[in-house]
Amino acid sequence: MSLEKITQVTGRGVFVPGDDIDTDRIIPARFMKCVTFDGLGEFAFADAKTAEKAAGRLHPLDDSRFNGATILISGSNFGCGSSREHAPQALYRYGFRAIIAESFAEIFFGNSTTLGIPCVKMSKEDIADLAALIEKTPSIQVTLDLTESKVTTDDVDFVAEFTLPGHAREPLVNGRWDSIADLVDGLQDVKARVAAIPYLASK
Amino acid sequence: MAKTLLDKVWEEHTVRTLPDGRTQLLIGTHLIHEVTSPQAFGMVRDLGLKVLYPNRTFATVDHIVPTDQRAEPFSDPLADAMVKELRKNCAETGVTFFDLPTGNQGIVHIVGPEQGITQPGTTIACGDSHTSTHGAFGAIAFGIGTSQVRDVLATQTMAIGKPKVRRINVDGKLAPGVYAKDVVLHIIRHLGVNGGIGYAYEYGGSTFDNFTQEERMTVCNMAIEGGARVGYVNPDETTFEYLRGRPYSPKGAEWDAAVARWKAVASDKDAVYDDIVNFKAEEILPTVTWGITPGQAIFIDEAIPNPDELPEKDRATAHEAIEHMKLPAGTPAVGIKIDVAFLGSCTNGRLSDLQEVAKHIRGRKVSPSVKAIVVPGSQGVASIAEKMGIAEIFRDAGFEWRGAGCSMCLGMNPDKLVGDQLCASSSNRNFKGRQGSPTGRTMLMSPLMVAAAALTGEVSDARKIFGIS
Repeated sequence: MSLEKITQVTGRGVFVPGDDIDTDRIIPARFMKCVTFDGLGEFAFADAKTAEKAAGRLHPLDDSRFNGATILISGSNFGCGSSREHAPQALYRYGFRAIIAESFAEIFFGNSTTLGIPCVKMSKEDIADLAALIEKTPSIQVTLDLTESKVTTDDVDFVAEFTLPGHAREPLVNGRWDSIADLVDGLQDVKARVAAIPYLASK
Repeated sequence: MAKTLLDKVWEEHTVRTLPDGRTQLLIGTHLIHEVTSPQAFGMVRDLGLKVLYPNRTFATVDHIVPTDQRAEPFSDPLADAMVKELRKNCAETGVTFFDLPTGNQGIVHIVGPEQGITQPGTTIACGDSHTSTHGAFGAIAFGIGTSQVRDVLATQTMAIGKPKVRRINVDGKLAPGVYAKDVVLHIIRHLGVNGGIGYAYEYGGSTFDNFTQEERMTVCNMAIEGGARVGYVNPDETTFEYLRGRPYSPKGAEWDAAVARWKAVASDKDAVYDDIVNFKAEEILPTVTWGITPGQAIFIDEAIPNPDELPEKDRATAHEAIEHMKLPAGTPAVGIKIDVAFLGSCTNGRLSDLQEVAKHIRGRKVSPSVKAIVVPGSQGVASIAEKMGIAEIFRDAGFEWRGAGCSMCLGMNPDKLVGDQLCASSSNRNFKGRQGSPTGRTMLMSPLMVAAAALTGEVSDARKIFGIS
């Protein structure tokens, strides 16, 4: 399987403020009644958008100034809760190709990496600065460089460092982010291990 | 060198180290359900792969099944299609399916233990974050996404980094009317909903030593709500007694050999932990959540906090919680009016949960203003509860006695809140919209606290309502 080497992601950004944004919020459970992931993109943040409207506010994903954004920016513990891969699948199908947040829940982080969506951690201050730049100039191009661990923008003097653990960076930049090929390569070793473990060998 | 249970299980199940540094980890037991598996079976087919060890995957149906009208076809065609898809996938691949007509269907995290499939020293994965429940047996159990369900189907392994281990000790005796649910809500309140990221939680101490197997499951179930993907308790006689004689438990000479292995897999006495946190059981009171994360919890005698008086990092979510819950800061927990009472879920839908409530509600009546439902965690639980007369006690009190499933924990079936109804719930998540209505409100609490709220129509101290002292 040949996958794209993801060394850089460039695009417009959108800031969705808030901490502890859970995967129910990203894709409410009723949209999981499906046997494929197709079509999930349009339901990303469906209830959050409605709630903002009801409160007389505009959810950032409903704000036309941010149409076409491919980089999602948010707060801490992003993607907590349910293990549903439907959440990163919905974000990917909506058009997001990278996520910047203060921190990520572990299962969401792994699910996203497997889909080739880099999830990078940046400080609260740098996120606030980047959000302010995007608010002022929504057309600004944001670039994540996975080799340099830096976020830059095209026309303003903004540089911020991010962190991405090696076990996620390596597969992304080397085009091995979907681990199935590596796992299949190890099948002989898998069978040997199964034979050596009593509760599996005896079955 | 002294090792933790996690070290030992990890070592035994390591196939190799992958080029990116993660472990290719053998998953001994794979549990699947209808919501997160259909795409995975599709991917396995699309890649021209096969289910490698169909005898190591077990399926049931829980998330979307109706709990009232159980006859097929279901009134929801999407739900009906999902059950049929799982049935077809299991038939084609040879995976054992605890299907609706078997009498063994139920929530996947209740079925695994009651069948004896969940065993100490094993690795378990399931496309559901509450897979941490199985850690109560000294298994290392992970919630995974659908691509990883595919990986486990096709290779019986997945790529994962080894977590650090935080030992959480709870010592002492819980006061009457304080339950395992209160313990785990208390732990999350203090360590935070993201405090466990990167860690496995090893729960121990005299409180856990004295817990029943089902109480341990309640705590491990919610490890993920504290950010820890894995939670476990070292196996002991309580664990072995629970497993003895269950359908998939080892039998005869195999049983003795298995118990010897299970004893050896427990953490060594002098094991070194990456972090240790201590709690005292005596300091824990009945606890309820007031907000939109399981960490936003208070004791029953407390009031909703003022967000501006909380640590800076907690304020934004607290403000959001107060707006969603429509409960101003300073509102005492006691007296908050409820509309719905939900008793069930993989956290608190086991027989002991229902028994404890039934013991106290006999002869009492649900408030006319409350819709109260009991959803047994499995057909097995339901069947025993019916034989023991527990179902009758609930019905007499005015609870609706339903069929087994996830139900109103996540509102994927017809059991949903309506509008901004407020639900006293024995489940595990109080996220916005979690119980099926985007504006619905959830307060998490122990099963007996749910019953107290059901009877009085408002959040109440169960110890007072039921004269527990």
